[in-house]
Amino acid sequence: EGKMAARLSGGENRLVSLPLSRIRVIMKSSPEVSSINQDALFLTAKATELFVQYLATYSYKHGRGKEKNALTYSDLSHTAEECETFQFLADILPKKILASKYLKMLQKEKQDGELGEDDEDEEDEDEDET
Amino acid sequence: MAERPEDLNLPNAVITRIVKEALPDGVNISKEARSAISRAASVFVLYATSCANNFAVKGKRKTLNASDVLSAMEEMEFQRFVAPLKESLEVYRREQKGKKEARKDKDKKTDSEEQDKSREDENDDDDERMEEEEQNDEEELDN
Repeated sequence: EGKMAARLSGGENRLVSLPLSRIRVIMKSSPEVSSINQDALFLTAKATELFVQYLATYSYKHGRGKEKNALTYSDLSHTAEECETFQFLADILPKKILASKYLKMLQKEKQDGELGEDDEDEEDEDEDET
Repeated sequence: MAERPEDLNLPNAVITRIVKEALPDGVNISKEARSAISRAASVFVLYATSCANNFAVKGKRKTLNASDVLSAMEEMEFQRFVAPLKESLEVYRREQKGKKEARKDKDKKTDSEEQDKSREDENDDDDERMEEEEQNDEEELDN
């Protein structure tokens, strides 16, 4: 393929762009992993690139944001919530809510739980968008 | 070995480039979105590693290999990656083989002292050899 040929001359169409050394550091941070062979390291780096491409294009296509010329955080967190394949990202791409909505939620919880302590609410008031 | 927090992140410039090349021309990416994708990529690496490791353990091996990673992709519901990954792996293996041949030829031309040294290197751990090769990889990538 043309891309493969271009890679040989150096420049941007290289076989893998993400640095293998950094990928290796992340992989080795898992305590249960003893060693990683070179092919596995390469494949993980390449897979991560494919993943980044897929996440970006999927989120752009399915994003509910009104901006057609931008990929936003909300497009990404929407994908994490709605698409099963990307659900493992839900915790790190939480949806944002307005502070006012959050306060209303807290107040409702307070009423439901019949909590008497006002202090808790006051501390949480400082939290803006999550 | 303690890693600094930034070591678990991937380079912003590279992530940005990959995203820009994947999206249609003229589409912007907010800084927040880029940073989120970068974090997601790191999480992906961890998830893939853990998954691949399960396959290695099943195979009673201590070293993660290529098939472990490919099996992990299927397990994680990224089957679409398997075919392009296999293709890239072929190219990569050919590249690595070419490099080894080049190094062997180079060694033959140098002093016998240096030849002994390279023979010693080959007796070292797989890990260390990989690190050596990695450094060479990095040099290539930086061109």
